[in-house]
Amino acid sequence: MKAFGGPVLFLDRSDINTDEIIPAKYLTEITKEDLKPYILEDLKLPGFDPNGPKTKSARVIVSRANFGCGSSREHAPWVFEVNGITAVIAESFARIFRQNMFNCGMAAIELPKADLDLIFSHANNENATMNIDIEAGTLTMNGGDKQKTFSFEISPFDKALVLAGGWVDYADLKY
Amino acid sequence: MGKTTAEKIFDAHLVNEPFPGTKVLRLDAVLCHEITTPIAIDDLIRRGKDRVFDPSKIKAVIDHVTPSKDTKTATQAKILRDWARRHDIKDFFDIGANGVCHALFPERGFIRPGYTVIMGDSHTCTHGAFGAFAAGIGTTDLEVGILKGVCAFRQPKTIKFNVNGALPKGVYAKDVILHIIGRIGVNGATDRVMEFHGSTIDGMTMESRMTLCNMAIEAGGTSGICQPDMTTVDYLWPFIQGEFASKEAALADYSQWRADADAEYDQTIEIDVTVMEPTITFGYKPDQVKTVSELAGTRLDQIYIGSCTNGRLEDLRIAAQILKGRKLAPNVRGILSPATPAIFKDATKEGLIDIFMEAGFCVTNPTCGACLGMSNGVLAEGEVCASTTNRNFMGRMGKGGMVHLMSPATAAASAIEGMIADPRKYL
Ligand code: SF4
Repeated sequence: MKAFGGPVLFLDRSDINTDEIIPAKYLTEITKEDLKPYILEDLKLPGFDPNGPKTKSARVIVSRANFGCGSSREHAPWVFEVNGITAVIAESFARIFRQNMFNCGMAAIELPKADLDLIFSHANNENATMNIDIEAGTLTMNGGDKQKTFSFEISPFDKALVLAGGWVDYADLKY
Repeated sequence: MGKTTAEKIFDAHLVNEPFPGTKVLRLDAVLCHEITTPIAIDDLIRRGKDRVFDPSKIKAVIDHVTPSKDTKTATQAKILRDWARRHDIKDFFDIGANGVCHALFPERGFIRPGYTVIMGDSHTCTHGAFGAFAAGIGTTDLEVGILKGVCAFRQPKTIKFNVNGALPKGVYAKDVILHIIGRIGVNGATDRVMEFHGSTIDGMTMESRMTLCNMAIEAGGTSGICQPDMTTVDYLWPFIQGEFASKEAALADYSQWRADADAEYDQTIEIDVTVMEPTITFGYKPDQVKTVSELAGTRLDQIYIGSCTNGRLEDLRIAAQILKGRKLAPNVRGILSPATPAIFKDATKEGLIDIFMEAGFCVTNPTCGACLGMSNGVLAEGEVCASTTNRNFMGRMGKGGMVHLMSPATAAASAIEGMIADPRKYL
């Protein structure tokens, strides 16, 4: 299965929508790879640069409530995937985005606000990284010399999708 | 214990429950458009699974950018067109017959009470107006839907909205749903079905119910659902008269999908429409709403009337009633996109198109176009649009552009004054 973890990109705002993750004008791209340069292009956040080194190196995104709301476009998980980001941690997700992540074999993990506040306290640390163990249901935040582990729950179905690498082959086999 | 409409539909369509909490449902309709489907088609081909579960249950349309504006959009259209031909999908709508998916498919009678419906489009919740469970999904779920005719869902909880009272002058379904979203917030209904009840809904046309359900997703809702009644039967009658001996028989059958009186809800919310005013969004989130009195005078550059929210005949009638004999203010431009060819034709017959053109509107072919900032009325940086669509996200109708969502009546009044204006003085 995929390894989850690595450098963290902190996006400290609720309600980040899929238009901000990948604007509609790029929905005419035919391959996932073509989406790569446009990640988070329309997201306006103080200190955030969609083309900056932090975006490039990120493997995990940490954000707030209702992440991925709006359009159903699976281009949003895809633009993360082709940029090497395979997990998003947030207080809550919009339903379609959350399912799209799992359907692609990636992880959308919900944590309580208090845990996220602790994780966000590492946001200024240049070397913040995270390790995620889907089977154990734990994620470990490393910020410099500090380390803290949190536990999370995902549904058995979503876990099966991540382990199977997605929904299409699974469904074709079973239905 | 009784059941909600969604619970009844889930039980009737359950294939299995592969894991606790996950239900795989049999689908009655899989809807497709040219933005999200071509990638699913490509992937199915790549996997050696270029099949469809049942061509008669798949409906497809080219609607987002049509006629195509460049090579890329032409390629997307071509992939969908070739696929529909290859698999003998009869209900495929191409240039000349195409229109905005969530207006076109119901108009063709494809959606019935009790149906399960998916589409790779978040506003699929619109079809819940018929008492169906209709949900937007992503491309992978669409792919499985096309291939297998199933989709997995968590059983949603349901929020019951009791919407009561006579709509005041100048207040329409759009104002009601904007008000509701403002009240519960953009994730107030996440993983929930929004089930609408009450005298206001009973009195609404199917068009208005579609407007209402269309924006359930703007509150995070999985589907909006209205209760099937005689209004539903009347709308569907041309398509179902062969199936039922009488309208009463159809109503009796469809009533099985109405929620039980003792159904259990996650939450019940009372909405009194009699205190409402025309309602408009002001920021970049659909739950940021104010009344027209608070926003009157706001600067505008463009008026857009159309989309799956408010591009139907009744919307055009209301706007035309206000625009009749009047002109667009010189500082704004106006665009009208009737949502389907049938709406366009009827509006022409009724003289509505004339009224719009006399007022100075540009009338486009049926398409999503400017609603998602892809064509036909994209905004320039810093421009502001009064729009009857459903999303006001930053950049939605063009990078750096700003959108105020409102009813067709408010949009028409604003067109005349060149700034946000109260429709009530023109009614
Ligand atoms: S009209 Fe707008 S919201 Fe409706 S389907 Fe088209 S792009 Fe989506």
